[in-house]
Formats: sequence, structure tokens, C-alpha cells
Amino acid sequence: MKKIATGNKAVAEAVKQVQPTVVAAYPITPQTEIVEQIAEFVSTGELKSRYIPVESEHSAMAACIGASITGIRTFTATSSHGLLYMHEMTNWAAGARLPIVMANVNRSIGPGWNIWAEHTDAMQERDTGWLQVYVSTVQEAYDATLMAFRIAEHNDVLLPVMVNLDGFSLSHIMQPLDTVETGDFIPPMYLPHAIDPKNPKGYGGLTGPDQHFKFRWDIERSMRDSVKVIEATEKDFAKRFGRKYGFTDDYQCEDADVVVVSMGTLGKEAEVAIDTLRKEGIKAGSMRLRWLRPFPKLNLKGKDVVVIDRDYSFGFGGILAKSIQAQQKIDVYSVIAGLGGQEVTYEDIADFIRTRRIGEEFWFGVNDHV
Amino acid sequence: MTSITDIPKEEFILKCTSACAGCSDSLALRYVLKAAGPDSVLVVPACCTSVIQGIYPNTAFNIPVYNIAFGAAAACASGMSNAFRATGKKTNVIVYAGDGGTLDIGIQAMSGAFERGTDFLYICYDNEAYGNTGMQRSGGTPMGAKTTTTPTGKTDAKKDIDAIIAAHSPPYMATACAAYPQDLFRKVQKALTFRGPSFIHILAPCPPGWRFSTEKSVEMGKLAVKSGMWILYEREYGNLTINPQSKSAMKKPIPLEEYLAPQGRFKGIEAKTLEMLKQHLAKNIKKLLAEEAGE
Repeated sequence: MKKIATGNKAVAEAVKQVQPTVVAAYPITPQTEIVEQIAEFVSTGELKSRYIPVESEHSAMAACIGASITGIRTFTATSSHGLLYMHEMTNWAAGARLPIVMANVNRSIGPGWNIWAEHTDAMQERDTGWLQVYVSTVQEAYDATLMAFRIAEHNDVLLPVMVNLDGFSLSHIMQPLDTVETGDFIPPMYLPHAIDPKNPKGYGGLTGPDQHFKFRWDIERSMRDSVKVIEATEKDFAKRFGRKYGFTDDYQCEDADVVVVSMGTLGKEAEVAIDTLRKEGIKAGSMRLRWLRPFPKLNLKGKDVVVIDRDYSFGFGGILAKSIQAQQKIDVYSVIAGLGGQEVTYEDIADFIRTRRIGEEFWFGVNDHV
Repeated sequence: MTSITDIPKEEFILKCTSACAGCSDSLALRYVLKAAGPDSVLVVPACCTSVIQGIYPNTAFNIPVYNIAFGAAAACASGMSNAFRATGKKTNVIVYAGDGGTLDIGIQAMSGAFERGTDFLYICYDNEAYGNTGMQRSGGTPMGAKTTTTPTGKTDAKKDIDAIIAAHSPPYMATACAAYPQDLFRKVQKALTFRGPSFIHILAPCPPGWRFSTEKSVEMGKLAVKSGMWILYEREYGNLTINPQSKSAMKKPIPLEEYLAPQGRFKGIEAKTLEMLKQHLAKNIKKLLAEEAGE
């Protein structure tokens, strides 16, 4: 069904389609519209979930954990400080192998208080064992949320999935949305280690070094196995509903001499920059990274690479830039831009590409080349 | 009054737990589980019980145990209870948490779960310090008690968690003591008949933490009640009933020194602190008697 919606409403629409048994959530700007819409759907009976209005994000994730381990589907949504407040429990959710799905509306971290888009919140969760996908349009927010449940619950994965959408520049932007009837696209959830009083087991108790080590490896093995599950899910989604997704969204990369890599809404802006540069005769392309975890195998060899990071690891560098450098064994032009909701236009991105200095780092709007 | 013959023979705590000798946490839990029966799940935050259950892949508990982070037990149980009820299951969801996980780090999640009317039983077994990590002070440590972080004795009073719980108006709340297993058994059975949140606060004397010899755990619990330091009561929809064991003790309590003297943690307690403890104790007895009398 075609309609107009914000990124937040699109996520709530997807949740309504999937019908998780329990939703536990706490409000935070700019995610609030998701939980408000879910509460509305619950009140009208369109969504037959138990909605637990918890007193904190730490409790939101703890409640999802307690619910999920009984073998039922759960969902939550958060942003920024909320995500960091639940950090202990996000680790627990992954370690407990629970297919919880969470929408995170990317927002900067204080102080000072700043409610606008930045990826540092989710980036700080990158080592927890969660799968992470970053979206760029309202439609993609909807589609990725649907697929997240199937991927998380697949018995080769059984890890939680975080769907990331940029605060305000996507969460509050109205775009066309085509909702679908998922039918059997998402099979009923089966959790092999669900709690059953008839078969009593201990969960998460004391674990010695050898066993703990194996559990860690088990998470990594499933993370690796998730690659095939993601590919198969996106392929089936394209077949059923006609919209194609992949680990990256490539725009005119094939013959490009220079490729700009980014995540989220900046990736859409970058496509306009490519059109501008192509008119000038510059063979440029854009690669929008969709999945941060598992981190895909990229192929950027032989090209100049410009990486836009909407995040930073102090004392180290742009997290995306450093990840690409390490994986590709190449130098890149690392641009730090868009922090705290800083406006970055396609003209700016075109400039980053034109004036690139491979091997250097540039803080947009702060200073010259560092 | 529950007779000892009313208590099922079925054991949910098997042999070979890793509890310390004389542990009254595991003694209490034994009766909690007998009362709750097999269709129950324990939610356990970091506490002595996380250790007592044994090391993976073994468990000494013949009941599902979900271990969760220190401050998250009530929230986790809240999700679990909602999930069970949403799928038509009546399984008891029981939080079994220490005083640190209840009075300190877990208080926010617990307050939230009580406020939301979660259908669960929250049990705090109180050994009045962080026992699992080697007896550091907690909000449950009484004034004057030495712990590893209050080497000269705690200067602050024990937090009145029962008053905080009462402020949430749960349908049922009670105190209990590991030294009175029949009373505890009855209270757990009763608590589980209520829909919504219920709370039981169990005093669990701890030989290594309180520094008394291991065979005296039950005796210590009885001295706590007889001296009026621990009062056994229950509140049903806000109506207080003081249990008979405490009723008689409150009329003529034994001297507080009889309870404190066998415990190394109170050794060398200052006269001033002892006096404050006595005053607090007398005030508490008066307050509860007045409440029961409807004054």
C-alpha cells in the first residue's frame, strides 16, 4: 500500500507488520515517534503486542531479553544516550543469543546536549555482537526492519539486529512508503534454547575460561554465517517485493577512478555529488555502506578512496576510514563531517572528492587539512 | 500455621552447590522453590546465588535459572512475565536477588516493575552486604557493622527498602527469615496467589560475612527476630499483620547485645552507635504496632 511517512513511522509500520509479542521501550528524541506510533497501534488493536513502558533503556533491553528467552519475538527502539545507557544489556542480548530487533535513530552524544544526526552512538556498539544495518530512505527503513527479524531469527544467526536511521534527516523526513503484506517471508520464530520449566536449564551462570572462549567464538562463527543469511534474505525480498538491497549500495563505482564511501543519508547526498562530478568529467562513484556488522568484503583496490565518517574514535581516527584502510590495505582521504547534525551538502561532498589528499584526515568546517 | 509435613519432599536444589558452609541464602531458597513448585523460573542478578548454582555446564538447581546483569533483574523478569502471560502460560516468575541487587543497583528497575504492576514475585535475600565480592557495605548493612569497606563500622543506617516497596502499594509484601522455613514457605505460597507484583524480604544470616561460626546460622536468625532487629510481618493490600513469632518478641525483646555479641562484624561497636541501634529498633517496633492497631 502506497503512503507518505517519516522514517520513524516507517519503522513502526514494519513492526506492525511483523507483530512482535513484546515491545519494551523508553522515549528519547528523535526516536519518540516510533514508540508513540507503536503505542497507538497497540491501543487500536492493530498491533497485538504487550507494550512495556519501562523506566529506562537499560530496563528496555533487559525486558526484551527476559521476553525473548521464552521464545517470542521482541522489539525496541532507542537513540544516542539511550543506546549507551543500555550498553551492558546490548552485550547481554548478543551473548545470550537472542534475536532481538532494535531501531536506533542515530544521534550525537553529549555534552553538550545535541539531538541531531551522528553515528557515534551506534559505532560505540560495534563490538557487542549485534548485526548493524544503516539505511538512507524511508522505504529502506521499512524494508530493513522487516528483513531484520528474519535475519536475526534465522537459526544460523540468532543474534540481535540494529537498524540505524539518521536522526531528523531521516527519522523526521516525509517520503513515499510502499508497505507490503509479508506473508510467509518471515517464518514463525523458533528459539532452540527457549526457557522451558519442563526441561530446566541454567542460563548465563558461571563459566570458566575455556567455555567462555568457545561462546565468544560461537558468536563470531554466527556473525560470519550471517553473511549468507543476509544475502539470501535480501534476494528473496527483491524477488517478492521488487526492491534490491546489498551489503553496499554502489552508484557508478565500476569505472570510477575515485569512490566516496559513507553511511546513512549522506550516502544519498553523495549520489548527487557524483552526478555533478560526472558532468565535469570526473569519473567518481559512491559506495554507501549498509552493513557495518558483519563488515562486508569490499573491493576498492586501484581507486582513490574518500571516506566520510559521521563519527570519530578519539586518538585514533574516523572509524569507517580506519576500518577500510585496515581491510583494503590502502591509504584513504578521511573526512570527518556531519557530527552533531552538521549540514553536509552534495556540493560539499563534491569538494571533498575534488580536493582529496589521500593519506590525510580533514575535519570539515573545523580546520584545514590535519 | 504451616506444618513441616505440609512441605513437599521434592528438592529443587540438588546436592553439590557451591554455597559456603552454613549458608542461609541456599536454606531459604530451598523452601522458596518447594513452595513455588516446578512451573517456575528464577531470575537471578549478580549475587551469591549466581555462584551457588554451580559452574557451567552443570547446575545444582532443578529449575530454570535465568542469570542477568546486576541492576536488571526486575526488568528482565518484567519482560519474561509479560511474554509468559501473552502466550497463556501461568509459569511463576521469581526474582531472587541479594540486598545489593535490590536496595542499591537494582532499585530503579525494581521500582519500575512494581509501578507497572508486573505479575511476579520479587524476593530479596538480605545478608546485609555484598557477600559475593567479599563483604563490602551495601544499603542493607546495619549501622555499626564492619565490612571490608567500612572497616571501623558503618556510620549510616540500613535503608528501609520495605517502606519503599510499601509506597508502591503491591497487593502482597512480607518479611521472612531463613531461620523460620515454615513461615517462609507459607508466605511464598501466599504471594504467588496474587496477580501483580509481590515482595518478600528475607533476612539471611551469613557466617563468613557476619563472622559467626557456621553452625549458628539458624540461631542467628532467631536471635534477630527475638531481639526485634528483624520483625516478621506481612501486608495484604496495605493491611499489616505482625506474625506471632515477632508479636511475642516485640512485647519483651531479648537484649540487643545477645544478637550482636556472637557476630564479629559488631565487635567493638561504640556505645553511642549501640544506643542509636537500640533507639531505631524501639522506634520501628512502636511504628509497626501502631500501624497494626490502625493508629
